Amino acid sequence: MIRRQTIDVGALPDHAFGNRSIMWWATMTIIAIEGTVFAMAIASYFYLQGNEETWPPADTPLPGLMWPTVNVIILLASLFPNHKVKTAAEDMNLGQVRLWSVIADTFAVAFVVVRVFEFRELNVSWDSNAYGSVTWTLLGLHSVHLLTDLIDSVVLTVLMFTRHGDEPRRFVDVSENCFYWNFVVLSWLPIYAVLYWTPRLL
Amino acid sequence: MSGTRVIDEASPLTQPSPPRGRGQGEGAGPYSLPGDHGLHRQLEKTWSPATGPLRWFMQIDHHVIGKRFIITAFIWFALGGVLAALMRIQLSRPGNTFLSADLYNQIFTMHGTTMMFLFAVPVMEAVAIYMIPLLVGSRALAFPRLTAFSYYMFLFGGIMLYTAFFLNIGPDAGWFSYVPLASPEFAPGKRVDIWSQLVNFTEISAIAVAIELIVTILKQRTPGMSVNRMPLYVWSMLVTAFMIIFAMPAVMVGSLYLLLDRLVGTHLFNVAEGGDPLLWQHLFWFFGHPEVYIIFIPALGMVSSIITTFCRRPVFGYTAMVLSQVATGFIGFGLWVHHMFTTGLPQSGESFFTAASMMIAIPSGIQIFCWIATIWMGRPVYKPPLMFVLGFVAIFVLGGLSGVMVASIPIDLQVHDTFFVVAHLHYVLIGGAVFPLLGALYYWFPKITGRLMNDRAGHVSFWLIFIGFNLTFFPMHKLGLIGMPRRVYTYLSETGWGQLNLLATIGSVVLALGFLTYFINALVCAKRGEFAGANPWDGPTLEWATDSPPPHYNFIHMPVVSSTEPLWHAPEHAPLVTGLSTTAKEVLITRTFDAEPDHRYTYPAPSAWPFLTALATAGIFLGLLFTPWAFVIGLPIASLMAVGWFWPTTPQKEGDAPQDSATASEAVA
Amino acid sequence: MTIVLMTGIQSALNPAGVQAEKIARLWDLFFWVSAVVYVLVMIFLLAALLRRRPEIVPNATSPRVRAAVSIATGLTVLTLFALLTASIFTGRSLSDVPERAIQIGVTGKQWWWHIEYDDTDKSKRITTANEITIPVGMPVTVHLQTSDVIHSFWVPNLHGKRDLIPGRRLTWTFSADRPGVYRGQCAEFCGYQHAKMALWINALPAAEYASWLEASRKSSKIPSTPEERKGQEVFMSSPCPLCHTIGGTEAAGKTGPDLTHFASRRSIGAASVPNRREFLAHWIVDAQHFKPGSLMPSMTLEPGQLEPLVVYLESLR
Repeated sequence: MIRRQTIDVGALPDHAFGNRSIMWWATMTIIAIEGTVFAMAIASYFYLQGNEETWPPADTPLPGLMWPTVNVIILLASLFPNHKVKTAAEDMNLGQVRLWSVIADTFAVAFVVVRVFEFRELNVSWDSNAYGSVTWTLLGLHSVHLLTDLIDSVVLTVLMFTRHGDEPRRFVDVSENCFYWNFVVLSWLPIYAVLYWTPRLL
Repeated sequence: MSGTRVIDEASPLTQPSPPRGRGQGEGAGPYSLPGDHGLHRQLEKTWSPATGPLRWFMQIDHHVIGKRFIITAFIWFALGGVLAALMRIQLSRPGNTFLSADLYNQIFTMHGTTMMFLFAVPVMEAVAIYMIPLLVGSRALAFPRLTAFSYYMFLFGGIMLYTAFFLNIGPDAGWFSYVPLASPEFAPGKRVDIWSQLVNFTEISAIAVAIELIVTILKQRTPGMSVNRMPLYVWSMLVTAFMIIFAMPAVMVGSLYLLLDRLVGTHLFNVAEGGDPLLWQHLFWFFGHPEVYIIFIPALGMVSSIITTFCRRPVFGYTAMVLSQVATGFIGFGLWVHHMFTTGLPQSGESFFTAASMMIAIPSGIQIFCWIATIWMGRPVYKPPLMFVLGFVAIFVLGGLSGVMVASIPIDLQVHDTFFVVAHLHYVLIGGAVFPLLGALYYWFPKITGRLMNDRAGHVSFWLIFIGFNLTFFPMHKLGLIGMPRRVYTYLSETGWGQLNLLATIGSVVLALGFLTYFINALVCAKRGEFAGANPWDGPTLEWATDSPPPHYNFIHMPVVSSTEPLWHAPEHAPLVTGLSTTAKEVLITRTFDAEPDHRYTYPAPSAWPFLTALATAGIFLGLLFTPWAFVIGLPIASLMAVGWFWPTTPQKEGDAPQDSATASEAVA
Repeated sequence: MTIVLMTGIQSALNPAGVQAEKIARLWDLFFWVSAVVYVLVMIFLLAALLRRRPEIVPNATSPRVRAAVSIATGLTVLTLFALLTASIFTGRSLSDVPERAIQIGVTGKQWWWHIEYDDTDKSKRITTANEITIPVGMPVTVHLQTSDVIHSFWVPNLHGKRDLIPGRRLTWTFSADRPGVYRGQCAEFCGYQHAKMALWINALPAAEYASWLEASRKSSKIPSTPEERKGQEVFMSSPCPLCHTIGGTEAAGKTGPDLTHFASRRSIGAASVPNRREFLAHWIVDAQHFKPGSLMPSMTLEPGQLEPLVVYLESLR
């Protein structure tokens, strides 16, 4: 009887970090999708701007600059606890993951609170004119994106405090969530520039 | 086209397999080890679909969801076809009063919306949901609960649309819903809102499936299936999935803007306050053009699969074929302005789009030449799948040539928005996508159902569809050139368009008969067809290595492959994978490019959370038809459903019983 | 007036002007090249299917076949390049707009065409609807605007189409090389009665055009018979003036087509219905029968009012 060659994969690990993980790939595709959505919205912003002589159009005040800039600082600062969560997750250190997740989530909450003030100081309504509409829409898209990621992160943090927290796959999920948070921060920067500096510079 | 069937005498194609029961789980095929019978029972138990009274809502198995998806998509296709028949009756003679203007405008809107959003893309994804895990040698499609969720979103969207239509609030501004015709001022009421939400349902569904396909194809291929050994159909679905990721957001953003303008008074498209109707066109067509390639590229993969098996040799020029598909995918994003040549954009910019629109014919042409070369060097077997592929070549090439015509701006300025374009689009979509689809369904029917379709009915249906199609749509080229615009519910007899229209209507009757024959063949043979066995066509790819229909775990052992046609290259010598759990739904995750085994991943048990989350999301979309607060109320509810979905159940126990390993394991060289 | 058989007068294959002629020639090139390509591909396909085969070697690569595919690809590239060049040259030549052209304003409305011949001298302005009269051999530039949704201006015998887009004013230039009547139609779905939004172009020899111009610049004909006078009274006392203008009278409505020279037009309702007495009468009392959803309401008139009204309107040459 001819013996058949076999490969026994039973000893392979049951989880993996980084681009070995299917969660990483799923996160990347979601980043691609959301990034394209933002790109379309930013392109729409410039397209509508091209139709106007002045931007904002006549009689429309500039959007407030202070709160969004505060938010830029909050988000950039959040990269530090986010990094700590990621490395703790890759070390599978439950205690550190729990601690830094709570800290990172606080930054996210602060951002959302400041976002409310940002909206209030846009100085234009969504139904005033196309400038107001596209400004509110772009900021609104980013806010929804942020809010859903905040809910996601909080649920994951809570999960890490339950008995399900100490499992390899949970640590992979946490690591991917941190990866995604980097995108949330990075995507805010161009949107901030478009919304708050284009009317001032162009 | 019967006659010369020169095949090896020993080929299963000349001798039907002895009758076999469905899924007897003997570990049939070349990838089994002695003693696998017990293994089969354990695996079948672990991978079994949901049971119990609520099981319909809990299924996550890719075979179950794939079949549901295919059947539902064809129901929408049939409805869309009935709508087309109604249009053809109305246009069969001048001044006809069969349909009022209002009803006709709703019907052509519903026909386009159904075919483009509810049929063409979903059916291609549906076939992939079923077939891709089999073709890459995996036990499952990635993210099975997401697959279920995408099915429910697709289903709910279609139900919403048709309910609205039957309640006389269906959309009526065209499948492309141009503003300001679709803006609140000129389209009051809910009709266009329904259209907008239908887009959201189907785009979310399509994007979710795209994620699953990308992850499955890149990370779950069987060892040895490096990227240059992937079947061409797998490549085509990979390219398609990436196109979906980058194209769909444009129409989601566009339909969001439309909804905002209609619901909360934004002015994104309102000229009076600085908005721009062309913004809609750019966003829509940035999606709309890649959309037709999203429909077409899977069909290219299907053609390659069929030609390989029915010409008894691999497709000529694998590298050229792969690069052509990828090139088509990329170039497809650079054509969208050719839908806007009459809007007065600067001519220098427009010329770029003419060049790109013509250039895309090159990779398509290369593929046609490679297929002809394959046939030349192979040995054709004239079964219905090959007939549909030959029909594809004859029809699609003509459609591609009329496409080169409309790519030329001066010619387009005459034929844009006329029946010439209706002819062109049906030649490339029906010829380029539906013909391969019908061939592929015929080809994979035995794998999915365990039985063969009837060949004589298959040939008859092919000829009826081929002749009916050409009779219907060829005259439309002329109609457009002699002045008949699109989207007209009637025309004056003095125009002289009556005769060609009547011919087209007669053709549509033949076409409908053809489709009917095909579907009756499928429905009857699903229950009473001849048993197929594992590999009735002597196909070379992995799906033919397992039972028909496959067990829920697909393969009792995954093989290590060393060729693009594993079953034609001594499959009984292929090393086999052992060691995956028998009590948990484990799949093997391999490395992205070279498919070396990397780690194991466990998929979850059946669950109703995807259904509930889809229901909550549908609630948000429907609520948004009436008030923006639906979003505020609905989001927490949908989030709760999602939490239920993702909340882990009892943690995995360590040390699950591995598979029997027959001999000493050896790593693949 | 006999029924005009329109075969050929709304056709891109029957060019009557230089622009449509250039496009038709380009079309001929594309058509014949495509026909040759298609036949060649089918010949090779049939040859591949029908050839007598030696013993099959499944993975053979034949250098001859590879060369053939490469040559076919190369020919495809060259052919496409040639067609692209021809297309760009034609496009450039079409956009050479002559300096002096007659300027005509066209405003699209749901579902008819408002036409204005502008002039610096206000008394020489002409307003009409659904019918454009032009002189043979002279370039005409239409200025395209819309007051509601997107429409598309298309007269296939003379040129390709150009859209009418809210917020934009696009210009489109064409000329007719021989006298004749050419039909056009809106070519962008614009709602309910998009199918019945057609128009006529009358191309007249220079002398006839001059006399048409002179007649159109005049104010409306004053009623000369008792029946015409009665008809005018009916018109003015009905809701008609709310929507329609008749130059030289108090009727100055702007919602509907200008009726100053109504009787000189060949059709009613944007080329939906011939402009003849029996059709006109039916149109007035039941326009919704011919064009349901159009903004022309069905008018209820007393007995004895319709006849004179029709006579009056038919006098407005």
